[in-house]
Amino acid sequence: MQINSPNFKARSTAEIANTGLQKALVRTRPRFPAARAAAVEKLPEFEQLRDIGRDIKNHTLANLDFYLETWERNVLNAGGHVHWASTAEDARKIVLDICQRVGAKTVTKGKSMISEELSINEHLEKHGITPVETDLGEYILQIRKEAPSHIIAPAFHLNREDWEESFRKVHTDLPADRTFNERRDILIEARTRLREKFLAADVGITGANFLIAETGSNVIVTNEGNGDLTQTLPKVHIVLASIEKVVPTLEDACNMLRLLARSATGQDMSVYTTFSTGARRPGDLDGPEEYHVVVVDNGRSAMIGTEFQEMLRCIRCAACMNHCPVYQTVGGHSYGWVYPGPMGSVLTPSLIGVDKAGHLPNASTFCGKCESVCPVKIPLPKLMRHWREREFERHLQPMGVRTNLALWAFVAKRPGLYRLATRIAAKGLALLAGRKGRFSSLPFAGGWTKGRELPAPEGDTFFARYAKQQRGEA
Amino acid sequence: MTQPASRPRVALFVTCLVDMQRPSVGFAAIKLLEAAGCDVEVPRAQTCCGQPAYNSGDRATAADLARGIVEAFSGYDYVVVPSGSCGGMLNSHMPHLFDNDPNMKARAQALADKTFELMSFLVDERGMTEFGAQFDGSVTYHDSCAGLRELDVKTQPRELLANVEGLSLVEMKEPEICCGFGGTFCVKYPDISTRMVSDKVADIVSTGAGTLLAGDMGCLLNMAGRLQREGHGVKVRHIAEVLAGMTGELPAIGEGSAS
Amino acid sequence: MSRDAIFSAIRRGLRRGELPADQTLGLYARLNAHPRHLIPARSRLPHPQQVDLFLRNLEKEFGTYNRVMRARDVPAAIADYLASQNLPTEMAIAPHPELRAIDWSSRPMITLREGRAEASDLVAVQHGYAAIAETGTLMLPASPQRPTTLNLLCDTEIVVLRASRVVGAMEEAWDMLRYEREGMVAGNFLPRNVMFVTGPSRSADIESTLELGAHGPRRLHVVLIDDTAG
Repeated sequence: MQINSPNFKARSTAEIANTGLQKALVRTRPRFPAARAAAVEKLPEFEQLRDIGRDIKNHTLANLDFYLETWERNVLNAGGHVHWASTAEDARKIVLDICQRVGAKTVTKGKSMISEELSINEHLEKHGITPVETDLGEYILQIRKEAPSHIIAPAFHLNREDWEESFRKVHTDLPADRTFNERRDILIEARTRLREKFLAADVGITGANFLIAETGSNVIVTNEGNGDLTQTLPKVHIVLASIEKVVPTLEDACNMLRLLARSATGQDMSVYTTFSTGARRPGDLDGPEEYHVVVVDNGRSAMIGTEFQEMLRCIRCAACMNHCPVYQTVGGHSYGWVYPGPMGSVLTPSLIGVDKAGHLPNASTFCGKCESVCPVKIPLPKLMRHWREREFERHLQPMGVRTNLALWAFVAKRPGLYRLATRIAAKGLALLAGRKGRFSSLPFAGGWTKGRELPAPEGDTFFARYAKQQRGEA
Repeated sequence: MTQPASRPRVALFVTCLVDMQRPSVGFAAIKLLEAAGCDVEVPRAQTCCGQPAYNSGDRATAADLARGIVEAFSGYDYVVVPSGSCGGMLNSHMPHLFDNDPNMKARAQALADKTFELMSFLVDERGMTEFGAQFDGSVTYHDSCAGLRELDVKTQPRELLANVEGLSLVEMKEPEICCGFGGTFCVKYPDISTRMVSDKVADIVSTGAGTLLAGDMGCLLNMAGRLQREGHGVKVRHIAEVLAGMTGELPAIGEGSAS
Repeated sequence: MSRDAIFSAIRRGLRRGELPADQTLGLYARLNAHPRHLIPARSRLPHPQQVDLFLRNLEKEFGTYNRVMRARDVPAAIADYLASQNLPTEMAIAPHPELRAIDWSSRPMITLREGRAEASDLVAVQHGYAAIAETGTLMLPASPQRPTTLNLLCDTEIVVLRASRVVGAMEEAWDMLRYEREGMVAGNFLPRNVMFVTGPSRSADIESTLELGAHGPRRLHVVLIDDTAG
């Protein structure tokens, strides 16, 4: 996907003024947190499950080579194929080769964020193969040529009229009297159109929520059933999975599944949780004849052994963005690449470089809500702070920021000088504000006063008044 | 009100914003701590907890400041901070600045272990339930993020407010959502911050409360500034001012002396 | 090439070479033992209550059910359900011995076609392998007798399930499958595909509001045979 993260600030400002998005945010904002809270309340063991989830992922990452090799062996035993891709380019080539070898004309796709990361669709199109997104949200976005704005609710930012407008534009054979007054009408239109695509597709591409080493399986979790139709009907099923998706056993997967849906949508379990292991077996009446898994690194192995290794525990539930006050203000497109919200603010700099994604870990108040809901307890604020440290070390921040910080540090390290400087500032500002007690604008404080009054100091500093009091003067 | 037998020596960590913006909160804290049976001292050598550096990625400066803090504050029984944010810096973050220096880390950890945010210290450590304060009117209370999530400050301020004569607490719909201050965030991303604080202000105003309270000057300045910019008459104060009975003589934040 | 590069990068990050044999043995032991983690207390119930919990959770997830006493009551239950929903009586049915053993002739209106589901089928009858009380989930492993398309292609999916096959937690369902497919190639006791199905298909992609029947079945109906009673 094209990288727009350097423009985060301008994009977020535009999105704050985008009335359609803001309408969608107001609608969606309370729903996910309320649903999660209700699901968690009904499962008293949830906190323990989070600890176990964190430990399972940590154990797996510490032995990642072993579990990937074990998983690979079991895929091969089950008659599947495994392809390793260091880069996005490698992955695109592998996928295209498979599609071309079987003479694919159309490819259906289940919802997959890594597919966005790898720009699979653009690559297939360039070579004359038609990819069809089948998740409802992804389908409308493909029509609109938009990127997902959320990792599990990709089109939450659209309103009903947007759906209708897009359908009328591309489904040109619609009867004139066809109405889209209800959400149900939209759903039926999409279902009908996509059913034809499912039946015609030569290859189905899905992502993977988990890989299971013990059995050589991949797991996908969906509510619509589109992922299952994608991987069941065509002759060939291709799974795209990044290296950190593996867990050791089915029992480990059970624990992760108890966390995933509750954290994501507040369901106890998503509708379809499907474990696929290899291709159609002798006697089977349906299922793909070929099963391929493309295992993608694309920057992740470089995170191992660094402070960002913890990010590889992420199970992509979206709880962090659902609860993030910044994401809930600016929406997902502001972030300018595949992964928005707090998890993106940590992962994106790892994958595309902090020089391009520098805004993301800075655009956080460190309120800590994301960490408090993360099912695998990733310390997201701490990791964002580590990115700020990398930026500081590499002198990536604007010169002005650095100079101010250095000046402030010089004073703050010298209590005597600090006392003097704060006293001059406090008294000066109090005097300047006069009886009004606040400023509506002030040179050098434009960032603050653009949207707020600046309350003036009371008068003299605490330390000056306290010293007077101690001397018996006050 | 029972006074615990021993009188611990408590060092007040004033914080930059209280020092410069709202000294009365410091005096309120001293008054409350003394009422809770503590001997309060204010170490002269303190400046800032180092968060501006720490959160800007400048660990070295944060560690330098932390060394000074450990030096100045280690000799006391407790360190109390009238801010969850600065309290969280001392309590949860400072030891990690010395992950490569076991000796310093142990000292920072020892300090962290006896550092408390003001409200939680008064209730959890000193068993206080009231200070005999009086306040006529309805208030709403914002849970500042660091106090809430790093230091578990949630019930303590409400417990103390419940025993202020004449005060009624009206909860806002989402008291735990960030107000958008975020230290340097509010000036680095003013548009996002303004949008966030506007949502917070709408929540505050819809309670109909006459006064907004919280335990962190940063959030208070942010919310006061936006309330005033939007022309709302809600008064904004640090909770310590109310508990210390200072509201009579002290104008609310950003209100000046004209009234 | 990529494979080697990825594995060496992982090991470089972990600051080690290939795992030493003793550690590998420990990891194999963990795989072979596949230890259970914490199983939530909600499903730790006597079996009859597990069955009730399964049905309650199924309903919570917008599924429906009938309970019947004997397998021979299944055709009537299905016919009644179809009539109540105003659905056609032609069905694709799983070629499973348990379903074949049912005498369908008592309901001559019902037309059955054994096999996988085709695009034109409106109603599917599937054989339920097991069900998980914890979440109201059906476990449907693919096999020649239990085609996957029956779970997906029709507007209505009817699952015939014996009450004795209801277990408390997911782990118990896996154990059942492991036990019954013993003797399969080690590590590959799983069939091509195992679906956990929890209610009918749905989507909240349109204005974050739930609609049933996205791509898969709009209706999920369970006919539960009380084979544990008496």
